[in-house]
Amino acid sequence: MNNRREFIKGAATGALLLGSSAAADKMGLADMLDQYTETARSRIVVARDAALHSQGTQLDEKRVLALLDRAIAAYTGHDHPVEAWRRIVPQDKVIGLKVNGLGGKGISTHAALVLAVCERLQQAGVKPGNILVWDRTARDLQACGLTINTDPSRIRCFGSDVAGYEDQPVAFGSANVRLAKILTRECEMVINLPILKDHELAGVTFSMKNMYGVIQRPDQLHSHGCNPGVADLNRIPAIREKVRFTIGDAMSSVYDGGPGFHPERLWYPNALIVGEDRVALDQTAWQMIERKRVEAGVPTLEAAGRPPYYIATAADATHRLGVNDPKRIHLMEI
Amino acid sequence: MIFRLKYWMLPIIVGVAVALIVFIAPSGCKKGKIDPFPASDAVAGWQKTSDTRVFAAKDLWQYIDGDAEQYIAAGVVSTTTSDYKFKDQLEAVVDVHTMSDAAGARKILETGQSKDANTVQLGDAGVAYAQSVIFRKGPYLVRIVAYESTPDTLQALMALAHAVEAKLQSHPAAALAI
Repeated sequence: MNNRREFIKGAATGALLLGSSAAADKMGLADMLDQYTETARSRIVVARDAALHSQGTQLDEKRVLALLDRAIAAYTGHDHPVEAWRRIVPQDKVIGLKVNGLGGKGISTHAALVLAVCERLQQAGVKPGNILVWDRTARDLQACGLTINTDPSRIRCFGSDVAGYEDQPVAFGSANVRLAKILTRECEMVINLPILKDHELAGVTFSMKNMYGVIQRPDQLHSHGCNPGVADLNRIPAIREKVRFTIGDAMSSVYDGGPGFHPERLWYPNALIVGEDRVALDQTAWQMIERKRVEAGVPTLEAAGRPPYYIATAADATHRLGVNDPKRIHLMEI
Repeated sequence: MIFRLKYWMLPIIVGVAVALIVFIAPSGCKKGKIDPFPASDAVAGWQKTSDTRVFAAKDLWQYIDGDAEQYIAAGVVSTTTSDYKFKDQLEAVVDVHTMSDAAGARKILETGQSKDANTVQLGDAGVAYAQSVIFRKGPYLVRIVAYESTPDTLQALMALAHAVEAKLQSHPAAALAI
């Protein structure tokens, strides 16, 4: 699907309603979240800018905001970025931006993307203090190039090492976890800002796997290729209901040897992957990595025996977190 | 001449043994513990920019997430890590994984290689890429990774790697200092 009008019109969810409490009240949040039924089609935008890394390995940060604007415009159908963002987020609530800095400085969510999102959020009417950039630890955030700040009059940026985790665990299936208080107590809505990577255990880490960073002991969900751990974790209500939109960082990535930084397997897709359907996002990301692995002459994840099984699990009747059938994903590449 | 132990000798022997344990053993342990991380300026241009962090095998996930499993499977005992900077041009991280034996270090080194690896003379075996150097020495697996690519990156990394190797060389089977 490459026609923008068809893309917007063809989406089962119609207009973006992420930040509309009125819409949520009318439909019921559970109904909105259960929208990914057998007939649903999920929209994903992959926006690229080949010039992002035209000067070797250095990201041209000045181009990131424009790429973000193109991605959001394509996704929402609104050419004016501020107008588009007003349809995505509630203006009077705390918006969390969950980044991923686990891979260290070389392969973490880029600060330029975080700053671009923060800029548009503020222009859309979100107060600086109502924007909370977070991850597991201060070190992870610093790996992204971010500065720690707890001053509520400015954009806040701190980790769960400061805010802590809930004492009471919550459970779904194999996941029995203690959630980050930033998720449960601070944020009304979370925008997920993962970075695309190969993952030794899970196959791929992107949208759903990034939620391992919102629990105290992610290592307890690593068995069996993180399956069904990833799917079970994303089914937990606080995650499923609050983490509603993903702007995936695929500006740089590792196609093999992840999730750590392996510069010899670094690759520059120069892309942002945007959507609401976390399963469709991961399915799309997986295919991108597979294509790159073929190009690089390494076995596909399927051939290597570690495909991301959790994606199909997340789409199954027990989880119903989204769509993994490529025929039912509306993919718009710009 | 046959030495016969007398009862009156027992307290003396015990006393000597205690003295050995209290005074000699700790200093022996200190000598056995090594710090594999070169200090700032120990290698030309390199500054050590962070404290050394230590992760026991059970906590390794906190540092490298899912990567930890392959190290655990290969018998990692602990991992120490520190950040470095070279002449304000590039930043790097040095990880020293202490495995339970040399076979564990070999397993990690060999399974992690890609086809563009260049063999280098470091430790028992080593490989280098444009931005990283990995080698093993006895039970140690060392990985040095630069975050930037400059014309001097590999040469600088090799100098740092040789310094780490030298520190490991002098105490091939010692525990890393924590």
